Amino acid sequence: MTARLFDKVWDRHVVASPDGEPPLLYIDMHLVHEVTSPQAFEALVLTGRRVRRPDLTIATMDHDVPTIGLDKPIADPLAAEQIARLRANCAEHGITLHALGSPQQGIVHVIGPQLGLTQPGMTVVCGDSHTSTHGAFGALAFGIGTSEVEHVLATQTLSQAKPKAMAVTVAGDLPPECTAKDLVLGIIRALGVGGGAGSVIEYRGAAIRGLSMEGRMTVCNMSIEGGARAGMIAPDDTTFGYLEGRKHAPKGAAWERALDEWRSLVTDEDAEFDKEIRVDAAGLRPAVTWGTNPAQSVTIDDVIPEPETAATPAARQAAERALTYMNLKPGTAMRDIPVDTVFIGSCTNGRLEDLRAAAAVIRGRQVHAGVRALVVPGSALVKAQAEEEGLDQQFIAAGFEWRSAGCSMCLGMNGDILSPGERSASTSNRNFEGRQGPGGRTHLVSPAVAAATAVAGHFAVPADL
Amino acid sequence: MSGVQRIAGRAVVVMRSDVDTDQIIPAAWLKMVERTGFGAGLFEAWRKDPGFALNQPGADQAKVLLSGPNFGCGSSREHAVWALQDFGFEAVVAPSFADIFRGNSISAGLVPAQVTDDAAARLAAALAANPDTEVVVDVVARTVSVGAALTEPFQLSDYAQWRLVEGLDDVALTLRHEDEIAAYERQRPEYLPSLA
Repeated sequence: MTARLFDKVWDRHVVASPDGEPPLLYIDMHLVHEVTSPQAFEALVLTGRRVRRPDLTIATMDHDVPTIGLDKPIADPLAAEQIARLRANCAEHGITLHALGSPQQGIVHVIGPQLGLTQPGMTVVCGDSHTSTHGAFGALAFGIGTSEVEHVLATQTLSQAKPKAMAVTVAGDLPPECTAKDLVLGIIRALGVGGGAGSVIEYRGAAIRGLSMEGRMTVCNMSIEGGARAGMIAPDDTTFGYLEGRKHAPKGAAWERALDEWRSLVTDEDAEFDKEIRVDAAGLRPAVTWGTNPAQSVTIDDVIPEPETAATPAARQAAERALTYMNLKPGTAMRDIPVDTVFIGSCTNGRLEDLRAAAAVIRGRQVHAGVRALVVPGSALVKAQAEEEGLDQQFIAAGFEWRSAGCSMCLGMNGDILSPGERSASTSNRNFEGRQGPGGRTHLVSPAVAAATAVAGHFAVPADL
Repeated sequence: MSGVQRIAGRAVVVMRSDVDTDQIIPAAWLKMVERTGFGAGLFEAWRKDPGFALNQPGADQAKVLLSGPNFGCGSSREHAVWALQDFGFEAVVAPSFADIFRGNSISAGLVPAQVTDDAAARLAAALAANPDTEVVVDVVARTVSVGAALTEPFQLSDYAQWRLVEGLDDVALTLRHEDEIAAYERQRPEYLPSLA
């Protein structure tokens, strides 16, 4: 019988298939953070239960941590309470915690791979929709709600109906100016914001194989923005090369056994998918969103589209609403739109490769007068590595603020927010209304475009400078 | 959690597609460590518009929200479900739901009633004509009615229906399989990562 990558990983984790109920799926790694866990721990204690597998659970602080003044107490009393709660819960239940200030602290989806905790063929969950990031390793990884966090803490399993399998095949090579971010924004444009609902996507094709692990993580990270619960990429030598030698990667004979297993994690040649879309990489250009969902994007060379050109009346209405919120007019060239703030960071684009790409653009240049520009590394380790390479000094010399690790302005929980009406070029994942602060207007871009935009003061690609 | 068989009350119509969880409950509210008190933050930004549906007379008594396709997309925050419930909603009726939101709703006891696009349009039209009409969401029959004249079927899996109607403890359901979980754990490959 032929199987898809997704089936192979799924089938190996089915603990039980009760009649008339969804299968029970074993969870290999549970990532925990301060925002979606306190109510889960509370319910666990109230029902007299314990954490079943603290050894398969890891916690960090990322969503509402400050990115400046780490030497001072957290000013926001609510955030301070939430962070204290996580600390207490981890201590009580014996869970490893990479707390604020520790060298392994960082965005949950950056530290998992960095520590080698995300490996091919695993199931990984977290109370965060961008858990799809870990699918870049050929893991089945998806976001869950707080009740499910409680369920995994108590049982190390989830009751899950099996989703459908969708293939997104990207033929050809990415053009030189395009990055994984431009690719995934192009895919979501083709798929629509809900097009992946009910599905796990497998990304395939030459352009995907050609991506680094960082690029693959960017693509899988945004699967949820196309409505898919998870995205996966079959593991290969790029994956194994990234993993080898990392703290929690298997060593010695165990590494060899794991490799044998991991090499089998590919979709069989004649396997069929429930749905397939194809994207031609050669046709891509750097992408910029113009609206209030991640499917509403164009290329840097385009103008804001006329809502009348939308495919359905609902899409037209959504486009009209979005343009009103964004204060933009159809026909405006993307390069003519000025920005107030540039944010480089997040679980989508806050890894070392992203910071290098941005630094290469701003080196020897200056942030445009009046533009606020922030770099927020995805983890404390990414920050340390960037500083070792001198990237921090290059950013600071260009006029960027160099911050400590966290989710920061991606969702604006920690006070790093846009003011009402402010417009940003952001390397994050969501341009929803108010996502980066009430009234804020977000445009999603790649790190290279964000850096070029910071210098130009309006949307730009590095070649424009 | 108590079970829910039949919901009867006012409905509010927010006919927009892709209503994301950042709109339902903005991130600033997620710092709370309780499950209650989120109703004040429900649709916080949109409620600043006096014309918004939730600001109309009687909306504070509503039990049913009718909305557009892909409701609840975006973040996994279950706080979105808690905010809807804290405001008073017991069911959301929409042509489709984002996967995580649907799961969170069923876990927390909010009924995600999926109707066809045409049915959603008919329900919206009936409510536009008579906003005060009682709406009934019958979880057992899987129907949603506006007054006596209009009844539409909705989709909800048998398993989800059972959990909602009985108000079951999901963890207890799973712990019936304790032996199978333990057996599975004994045969997991040794190379898998552990923090022990």
